[in-house]
Amino acid sequence: MFWEVVINLFENFLVTLELFALTLLFALPLGLIISFGSMSRFKPLSFLVKVFVWVIRGTPLMLQLILFYFGPGLLVTVAEQANYNNFFIDFMRDLNMADPLVTAVIAFSINYACYFSEIFRGGIQGVPKGQQEAGEVLGLTKTQIFFKVTLLQMIKRIVPPMSNEIITLVKDTSLARTITVYEIIWSAQDYIRNDGLLWPLFFTGVYFLAFSGILTLLFNYIEKKLSYFKV
Amino acid sequence: MPLLEVKNIKKNFGKTEVLKGISFSLSEGEVISIIGSSGSGKTTLLRCLNFLETPDKGTISVNDEVLFDGENIKNLKENKIRENRLHFGLVFQSFNLFPQYNVLDNVTLAPKLLKKGTNEEIENNARALIEKVGLLEKIDSYPCQLSGGQQQRVAIARALAMNPDILCFDEPTSALDPELTGEVLRVIKGLKESGSTMIVVTHEMEFAKNVSDKIIFMADGVIEEMGTPEQIFENPQSEKTRHFLQNSLEKL
Repeated sequence: MFWEVVINLFENFLVTLELFALTLLFALPLGLIISFGSMSRFKPLSFLVKVFVWVIRGTPLMLQLILFYFGPGLLVTVAEQANYNNFFIDFMRDLNMADPLVTAVIAFSINYACYFSEIFRGGIQGVPKGQQEAGEVLGLTKTQIFFKVTLLQMIKRIVPPMSNEIITLVKDTSLARTITVYEIIWSAQDYIRNDGLLWPLFFTGVYFLAFSGILTLLFNYIEKKLSYFKV
Repeated sequence: MPLLEVKNIKKNFGKTEVLKGISFSLSEGEVISIIGSSGSGKTTLLRCLNFLETPDKGTISVNDEVLFDGENIKNLKENKIRENRLHFGLVFQSFNLFPQYNVLDNVTLAPKLLKKGTNEEIENNARALIEKVGLLEKIDSYPCQLSGGQQQRVAIARALAMNPDILCFDEPTSALDPELTGEVLRVIKGLKESGSTMIVVTHEMEFAKNVSDKIIFMADGVIEEMGTPEQIFENPQSEKTRHFLQNSLEKL
């Protein structure tokens, strides 16, 4: 019984990992784009982006998940009653029919992209202007300066806050349970419902601990690799 | 024929006129020191010469080639600006070494990226320059392992590696502890002896007096007075110059 539970939980932990990996995959580039938006010299754009980041960071992720889960269905119903249709409504219809994991990935990606964007912004703006200027007076191109001078300094600056955020993401994935993503917590709760077993729920902590442990080691390794210089 | 010819450079930041028409010239092998109180426009002038700022008016020519013409700002393309910059080197007040590279790589980075020779040539040249500033034993060290004075000497070697016509210094010793200024000033003095053309913005009056061929005293965005060290320090004509020198000497 024990091993059966352990293996079954592991299979559902893979769903957790899938959500984790896909969120990172989309949220990292999206976060970079949002950070550029918030740093834009075009004021209306940077204002809009900042308001967006404020709303996303200022409301619970669980609320956003529920909105993305029920919102498309509601919109489609209202649109159908009004006999209204366009590509957006079609998209909402698809989303409504999609696997809840897809909905979760979208909500998580947007949410985490906003947090990442602030970290990126800090990393980019934290590199002293003098570094860029030193490259400029030596005649380097903007691209050379970015890749050969500032990039590594940015990475060094963002590793500690990023590792924090990414480890939080590991545990936040369990929120996807609220929109019926059958991840590890939910599968553990099934043991309570069906078999009256409580321990599998607590045992899920082992998986979270193990995975965040691996990530911690990985980030420590990166930090150590970058410790040969100071910024 | 002057190596550098600066004519009527003007620069505003918003409504503040920082440079109100600066003209001077510099011959090969000459050293000019620019002195003056903070806010007089010294640093802005250097930054204009290095194209970190774009002047609003005026011309900058090197070797009779007009690098910048205020009448023609819109035609100044990114590539042209980069080419122009290669005539000048700049040593910053805060060194601005690249922290992730060791001393050798700091010096070789730009020549290698801009393909100024084979890797071997570039590295040999860099070694010679690092030796010139007296840091050969630190060649593998990272900036965070060096003192301020050592970092500034590396910054000088880094600027020299691009072989600029004119080397500019923006208060090279202002960020240093007093006991470390000597080693940097000695290096600059050594460069003068080997014939480098230099413009030094400095608060070190004694150094300016000893090393310069010409002194420019700036006040409120204009050249208040220009002349040989003897003229400026022994026999200043302008009331502002006298006042400034008096204050600077009082501090001593």
